Amino acid sequence: MQARRLKTAMAIAAVAALAVGAAGCAKSERDGDSGEAKTGGTFIFAGAGDPKNFDPIFNDDGESFRPVRQMFDTLVSHKPGTAELQGGLAESWEHDPEGKVWTFKLRQGVKFHDGTPFDAAAVCFNFDRWYNMKGAAAQSQMIYYMDVFGGFANNESPDAGKPVYNKCEAKDGGTAVVTLNQYKGAFPGAFALTSLSIASPEALKKYDANTVKQNGDSFEYSAFATTNPVGTGPFTFGGWDKAKNEITLNRNPDYWGDKAKVDKVIIKIIKDESTRKQELRAGTVQGIDFPAPADRKALEGEGFQVINRPAFNVLYLGLNQKNPKLKDLRVRQAIAYALNRQQLVQTKGPGGAKVADEFMPDTVLGYAPDVQKYEYNPDKAKQLLKDAGAEGLTLNFYYPPDVSRPYMPNPQEIFTVLANDLQAVGIKVNGVPRPWNGGFKDDVQQFGKQDLHILGWTGDYNDPGNFVGTFFGRAKVEFGDQSMTEMFEAITKADATVDDAGKKAAWEQVNRDIAAKWLPAVPLWHAPPAIVVTKDVKGMVASPLTDERFNTVSVGK
Amino acid sequence: MLRVIVRRLLQLVVTLIALSALIFIWLRNLPGGPVEALLGERATPERRVLLTKALGYDQPILVQYGKFMQRVVTGDFGNSIRTGDPVTEVISRAFPATIELALAAMIIAVGLGVPLGYLAARWRGRSLDNLTIAGTLLGISIPIFFLGYLLKDVFTQNIHWFPPSGRLTTGLDNTHVTGFFVLDGLLTREFDASADALWHLILPAITLATIPLAVIVRITRASVLDVLNEDYVRTAEAKGLRHRTIRGRHILRNALLPVVTTIGLQTGALLSGAVLTEKVYNWGGLGTLITDSITGGRDYPVLQAIILLAALVFVVVNLLVDLSYAFIDPRVRVR
Amino acid sequence: MSDPITQAGAPTPRSGNDKPGSGDDKPRPGMSERSIGVLGDRKKARLDELARASASDRGGVSLVRDAVRRLRRNPVAIVGASIVGLFILVAIFAPLIAPHDPVQRFDELTKNLTVDSIPGATAGHPFGSDPLGRDFLSRMIYGARQTLFVGVLATLIGLSLGVLIGAIAGAFGGWVDVVLMRLTDVMLALPSLLLAITLVAMASRSSQWTVIFAVAIVSVPIFARLLRGSMLAQRESDHVLAARALGVKERNIVLRHMLPNSLTAVIVQATLTFAVAILDAAALSFLGLGDPDINRAEWGLMLGVDGQRYFEVRPELAYYPALAIIVVALGFTLLGEAMREAIDPKNRR
Repeated sequence: MQARRLKTAMAIAAVAALAVGAAGCAKSERDGDSGEAKTGGTFIFAGAGDPKNFDPIFNDDGESFRPVRQMFDTLVSHKPGTAELQGGLAESWEHDPEGKVWTFKLRQGVKFHDGTPFDAAAVCFNFDRWYNMKGAAAQSQMIYYMDVFGGFANNESPDAGKPVYNKCEAKDGGTAVVTLNQYKGAFPGAFALTSLSIASPEALKKYDANTVKQNGDSFEYSAFATTNPVGTGPFTFGGWDKAKNEITLNRNPDYWGDKAKVDKVIIKIIKDESTRKQELRAGTVQGIDFPAPADRKALEGEGFQVINRPAFNVLYLGLNQKNPKLKDLRVRQAIAYALNRQQLVQTKGPGGAKVADEFMPDTVLGYAPDVQKYEYNPDKAKQLLKDAGAEGLTLNFYYPPDVSRPYMPNPQEIFTVLANDLQAVGIKVNGVPRPWNGGFKDDVQQFGKQDLHILGWTGDYNDPGNFVGTFFGRAKVEFGDQSMTEMFEAITKADATVDDAGKKAAWEQVNRDIAAKWLPAVPLWHAPPAIVVTKDVKGMVASPLTDERFNTVSVGK
Repeated sequence: MLRVIVRRLLQLVVTLIALSALIFIWLRNLPGGPVEALLGERATPERRVLLTKALGYDQPILVQYGKFMQRVVTGDFGNSIRTGDPVTEVISRAFPATIELALAAMIIAVGLGVPLGYLAARWRGRSLDNLTIAGTLLGISIPIFFLGYLLKDVFTQNIHWFPPSGRLTTGLDNTHVTGFFVLDGLLTREFDASADALWHLILPAITLATIPLAVIVRITRASVLDVLNEDYVRTAEAKGLRHRTIRGRHILRNALLPVVTTIGLQTGALLSGAVLTEKVYNWGGLGTLITDSITGGRDYPVLQAIILLAALVFVVVNLLVDLSYAFIDPRVRVR
Repeated sequence: MSDPITQAGAPTPRSGNDKPGSGDDKPRPGMSERSIGVLGDRKKARLDELARASASDRGGVSLVRDAVRRLRRNPVAIVGASIVGLFILVAIFAPLIAPHDPVQRFDELTKNLTVDSIPGATAGHPFGSDPLGRDFLSRMIYGARQTLFVGVLATLIGLSLGVLIGAIAGAFGGWVDVVLMRLTDVMLALPSLLLAITLVAMASRSSQWTVIFAVAIVSVPIFARLLRGSMLAQRESDHVLAARALGVKERNIVLRHMLPNSLTAVIVQATLTFAVAILDAAALSFLGLGDPDINRAEWGLMLGVDGQRYFEVRPELAYYPALAIIVVALGFTLLGEAMREAIDPKNRR
């Protein structure tokens, strides 16, 4: 039967091949782009999920940012391959001693894709657009704006904070001055957030960008966000064929920076990681994001370039102090000693993973080289548990079985390994699997039902507040304790320090105290996600922030 | 008769409304959901409140349901939470993909299954028969996704005969007319697109075809065996008619009736298999849509629409069954 | 009350079928029903045939003895029964057969374990390691146990609910019958995996039990239909008529006479259902909707999760559980089909 099928298959394939040949003669009615052999060619890259839309401000996930990054620029940008800042649409910037007035010297002669000029007025138009955004639907989608600027001119949610943003003035065509109500450690890094990319004011107006309609259960975005995104980036929007899951981007011949080497970029959406790998092998795509950790070595062996992004994330084991036993520091330390993190990294960590001692990677300002480390020591763990009178402890361990995050490629296995270690020191672990979007985050972050849980974070910009501040900067249900005011205060203070030296010292102390005194969670690992491209792809620079711009990429033959 | 139909239709409407209410309320009472999915790791209490309000989930559930029904009446099922596209558009995009795959699988299953079943019956008890039966048994015992994985591994990774996934080579530009890519290519005279779509179709179709193929082989075999024992076949043989005539006129024609019925009934099995096959081959059809909508954060509008659509289909089919009973069996004609 | 639909759908005993011997040469009794409807008829017709077969008025005991005699001569049945028997033995004695604890991680295995290389056979671990440094052979052996557990429970739950519904429908008749059979018809018409997926989606949390339950529900209508058909066929049969004439209470007739007589058909169907149940459970795992606890060694889970993820690193992680599932599913199918053939009155001499 197999043989018969093979024969049939071969016959059909032969027919298909003939038809392909015949098609050369057949007249095609579509607009021909095939014949014009430009130097650049097409770069096809496989992404891992659908973008939401293409208006930067309404997005907060990497898959939406991937095409956005090719079409838009930010005021401040990152040095390729690092989280360090460099000039973007602003050639330089400076701030007053209080960190409240930020002056941007803008690049001259930059044009948006629609031909309108980029200038200070355009910058201020964008800032004002964000600040004055109306409607709960629109505001609720501006995750990064809220992260950075706190609130809006008119908050739709009574809980939203006082806005950090005050005003933006176009001093002259090439100088924009942004005034803030208060300084935050997030600046200037936050100005490099993809979400805060500068869009063409003309297009924003023309395509009604501010309208986010709530249609029943969901949101309907404007024409700007879905079909007409206009920025200053190296590529212009070609289209999104949803039946084929392809986003096409065309080279922008008038780009202000390094003009794109390829004529066209196609982002193909393939959700299954093993299929992405197979398509790469089949040669139908030239690059893939997020290969399965298990496949990296094999792909490397086959001659593909596996490029690790410098790890800019952390996975941690959260300890919920709502449980009175876990309120005892000794019990939390016992858990830290009980975990064989070195073995976890060796057996389950993706290539290049490292044991984490702090909640931020060592490339971030304020990383302290001398925090208390918890080397694997089950005996000490048992002793500590005994001292605390917490022998025979039973803990509910929440984990999401159904998801793969860059910092947590396989939660089921991570949970099993950790639970095993804890059981070895006499802690009884009751595993509670909850689907990622079906209760895990709600149970953990909103209701605090867990004793232990695994979760992590990928950083957005080079700022300790973006890591440690996000986790422990204020009382969170996730870690259960409302009374760790000492920690909250220390972090708030560190975040408000403007000068670099003071900032560094303050954050280093915070990190030392977290490890020795507070231990609200146990950091597990930093795991670098990877990109894989074929041999003939050149110029792909992997970014710790997944901020890859494809203008430097070329596809040789 | 007419009265029966009208009564049935009324029942249908009532059933659907009750069902939609049940699904609506049930889904919304499950833990987690779109708010959780949209916010990811960045959820803070304030954001949850704002988004819940923006999506209207803070309103009483009956109010939500009322608004939903208001829109449904006008044919608007809302937008997908995941992608923001109108649900009707999402479904109508996925539908042709699944139908194309299912049709191709059926063609393979019938084209291979009927001759095999017939041959097996002709040579009953011989090695071909035994082999065929063994094959069909194996066919229904293999987890279909595993078979898909194996085929994919062999024919796309080891021998590069077929593309590993998708419906069309990336970057190949085709014009969408009907959404059936093979057909679209023919209609627009983009024959290369047609051939390419066909090339992508083969492996998934073979995978999906295994179970219907096994069933069709067995039914054909059994049915041909039945007919072979019939008096008229024996008579024909006794009359000295040529074998070919007997085969064509008598055996096959009579044996095919139950086979044709079976083919119709394999639709359910095909749809079950399609869910798995589509996942293996990254085929953007209904199966993928359903699993994605469940695992990707409970896309309420899409899930509601799909479940409701399925319910509609089954209620209507049920109605047809009743009516067909009435038509065929004269005893129940008038009531 | 004589509802037309009940009449049409009911496998009312036909003359040709009840007399042994005469049914053989006529068009098969299922034919007329098969051509009536549009949907599910083939399934229904087969079930009704099976139901009639077991409910034949020769009485349960001799029928079973008869069937067993024929089964013992049938090589297909012997192969099937051997596979099933071996499987059950392994499942029961797993702790004695397995060299190690299936959830223990071994230092000698984790030592060489990384995410992209999983140690193969080493001393003491002939099948090598699983992705977490556990003994793969022991997990395969314990896998029989978990797989049996999932399959049996799913089948039993489906069977119990189905038998309950079928018995009620068959015993009461009338509108109860109409409503219940309408329900089962719709369920029969639904693609089974879709039904299971929907059920998992509608469950508030996923666990081994959601999987078992989802897989079980799919078989409910089959059992219901089967039992009802069998009961209806018996209503007019000699021994039931005799019991009724003797003044035996209707409830006792149902419980003492009709139900036991239907049991053979139910057991045959249960055997076939088991195979489908373990395949469906594996499919759910593959879709990411299965049992979330990977500590549990269950073949479907091992194939659907580890087998898929580490297929290239160590294909055995997929091959062995897949092979086990195929062989066991095949075993149950062979046995079930042989049993069905054995109790079919057409084959009786």
